[in-house]
Amino acid sequence: MATGIKDKVAILGMGCSKFGERWDCDAEDLIVEAYQEAIVDAGIQTSQIDAAWFATAIEEVHVGKSGVPLSVALRLPNIAVTRVENFCASGTEAFRGAVYAVASGAADIALALGVEKLKDTGYGGLPQRGAGPLNDMIRNNGSAPGGFAQLATAYSQKHGVDMATVKKAIGSISVKSHANGVKNPKAHLRKAIPLETVLAAPMIAAPLGLYDCCGVSDGSAAAIVTTPEIAKSMGKHELITVKALQLAVSNGQESGHNSWDGSYFLTTRKAAERAYKEAGIEKPREQISMFECHDCFSITEMVTMEDLYISNEGEAWRDVLDGFYNADGQVPCQIDGGLKCFGHPIGASGLRMLYEMYGQLLGRAGERQLKDPTFGMTHNLGGQPHQNVSSVAIIGRDGA
Amino acid sequence: MVGITAYGGYVPKRRLPRSVIVEANGWFNSALKGYSKGERSMCNWDEDALTMAVAASRDCLDKTRPDDIKAIYLASTTLPFTDRQNSGILGTALNLGQNMMTMDITSSQRAATSGLVNALNVAKGMRGSALFATGEHRRSKTANNNELMYGDGGAALLLGNEDVVAEYLGAGQIAVDFVDHYRGQNADFDYNWEERWIRDEGFVKIVPDAVQAALENTGLSAEEIDHFVMPGTIRNIASMVGKRCGVREDAARDNLHGVMGEAGTSHSLVMLVDCLQDAEPNQVIMVIGWGQGCDALVFRTTDKLSTMANRLGIKGHLAHRKEETNYNKFLAFNGLVQQDGGLRSETDKQTALTTLYRNKEMVIGFVGGKCEQCGTVQYPKSRICVNPNCGAINTQEDHQMAESSATIQSWTADNLTYAPDPPHHFGMVTFGEGGRMMADFTDVDEGGVAVGDEFHLVFRIKAADERRGFNKYFWKAAPKVQAS
Repeated sequence: MATGIKDKVAILGMGCSKFGERWDCDAEDLIVEAYQEAIVDAGIQTSQIDAAWFATAIEEVHVGKSGVPLSVALRLPNIAVTRVENFCASGTEAFRGAVYAVASGAADIALALGVEKLKDTGYGGLPQRGAGPLNDMIRNNGSAPGGFAQLATAYSQKHGVDMATVKKAIGSISVKSHANGVKNPKAHLRKAIPLETVLAAPMIAAPLGLYDCCGVSDGSAAAIVTTPEIAKSMGKHELITVKALQLAVSNGQESGHNSWDGSYFLTTRKAAERAYKEAGIEKPREQISMFECHDCFSITEMVTMEDLYISNEGEAWRDVLDGFYNADGQVPCQIDGGLKCFGHPIGASGLRMLYEMYGQLLGRAGERQLKDPTFGMTHNLGGQPHQNVSSVAIIGRDGA
Repeated sequence: MVGITAYGGYVPKRRLPRSVIVEANGWFNSALKGYSKGERSMCNWDEDALTMAVAASRDCLDKTRPDDIKAIYLASTTLPFTDRQNSGILGTALNLGQNMMTMDITSSQRAATSGLVNALNVAKGMRGSALFATGEHRRSKTANNNELMYGDGGAALLLGNEDVVAEYLGAGQIAVDFVDHYRGQNADFDYNWEERWIRDEGFVKIVPDAVQAALENTGLSAEEIDHFVMPGTIRNIASMVGKRCGVREDAARDNLHGVMGEAGTSHSLVMLVDCLQDAEPNQVIMVIGWGQGCDALVFRTTDKLSTMANRLGIKGHLAHRKEETNYNKFLAFNGLVQQDGGLRSETDKQTALTTLYRNKEMVIGFVGGKCEQCGTVQYPKSRICVNPNCGAINTQEDHQMAESSATIQSWTADNLTYAPDPPHHFGMVTFGEGGRMMADFTDVDEGGVAVGDEFHLVFRIKAADERRGFNKYFWKAAPKVQAS
């Protein structure tokens, strides 16, 4: 049995660009913006970084392939730069690469940086792209909201929750995230919205309306990691360490075998189970202080609340309506505003979530600051409910 | 005895009332106003001559895939490919194997009947059977009379020497380069000459010669014809010509103008299938095919006609109807307006021909896999079984999925993705024999889909690569056509 990553790696510094429609920026500008904050926070020089992991998902609409764009943008000293792509978990994958490099001893200090410049396509929503010659022949047409909307029909069917209640619950999720986003200067959307507006919004993919969908934006986020020992030797006292890093990837069962009912994420459940075990967390509903989950769509967040074992299966809608996940609730979810308010520059999102958890754990979250958080969890879900990549990361105070 | 051993038909679900066309274009061409009665069938955006021929053939084969089919003919003047054998795609879609003759027959409104005469002559004494399919999707300029007269549809006949339901007695054929209309190689639309001339110098003079030749060749008299199957958009033309030939007045079949319009070269066989659906055993049917001459084919129904398993045929598909009153949709589906599909529609749709060839059974034939070890049906077929409790390697045998039922597990109506007929409906469907797929839906009405609905699979255009003139075909889930 692997011993896991718990407390083997500490976060030395993090940075996050302003997210939004950054019409005046290329990806390079966003990279530098996030990196400058991270390197200052870490208190190191670029020359001290041993290796870097670079996350971009839809590189064809901005920087192109390989690790070169990061190395060039930051004038890295010819170190190893690995470009990673794993759908919406790309940012967390970059973090995972950097963390594992440090844990293995291959690097003392490693950089993970994610960026996505999506607003150069000429239209809203994610860029259209092919999935390879064979997949393009046999895969359905459909947008991301179209795929995720089906969680709602399956969830409603399975748990006997009528669609009006589902709509109200997922609408409340968006209301909650917008309320949080108002307090975040780095968020793209900073406007509170009432539930009535959410419910009356134009339909994007039934039953998901406009406010059930996260936006698409430009952004970048970065993390610099090292060992706890090195961090301490550099004078860092309040250490935030990595408690768990797990990834689960569909193997075709959900899309090809009739054992999956379409109402949940098989992968998220597996990644969460492994992450809690790795972090030594036995009662996540009580022990997780806060989390950022992949709210690409409001229904994704609601189902994920169950798949992360915070809510019981079939009951997340009730927790949502009870305010359990609100900023003043028991386990605040998307305290920074989430994808809902940040938009989803894919390569950056996982690191943006970690940035908020890191800031909260260090008491730097300003107006949004939660009281004494111990563990912060992040979750990404890339692909479609029936075929996806799911990542779960837990960070926390050193020793917790 | 050679003849028809089974038949099938297809008419698209959508019907455009002619009054809608007249309302849109009557201001410009007031002559249209005299034709506002009835309705015409119209293809969905993802249908064409080939998909309709596949649908008609599936109806004809009635969920079976006979292994004795030795020839496939496909007749149409609106085939999607000018140089790629369309009947070959039909055969692949139907999973009929490759040890056979395949042939496209085209270039005339008479293609179907002339082809059928030949196919029957070849089938005579042949071991095994032949599939003769046709589909037609003609376009016309807006405000042209043809827009009202044309309809879309297809038909298919299985030909053979055993279990014949309509014996082929013979034919008369006349070849005359009488050009009532034409469509040049690079033209999109037909060019028509005056109707009165077509009637008086064409139909009235040429058809009787073919009828006479057919009667002579079969030793029958005109009075013996019980069903005179003659298409023609000129009002009462079949009765007029029939009368001149001595055909009984009650024998002229309804040309289905009121309910679907005329489906080009397919229409003789569309009408023949419609006729076979209500003909009695031991009746004589004469089928007329018109176009630069005339074919007249004679059949006699047998006792087997009444014992053949029911097909939806033309009548069943005519009953499966949805009125479409949006004329703009008709224009858009037929490429008659320059519609802005938006930036999302601009993705490159090139097909890798190598990939398609390797996977033609999977893509065109909708063949999945069935694990010999655990029995799990799966799509796509893969090297390692998808069953989490199995995982056997290289154990999957080909499994035809096209005739499976498809039950909706989850679905959505997507307004964001580019679709020619938004919102785009799609969802997870589970197949009756196992397996599942996230499938595109077609022919659905907004608000008309629910979890648990049982759909069936249809062969349709997945996307049109307009840049290269290549239609991409695949299978979609659609509401079942209920037998009336």
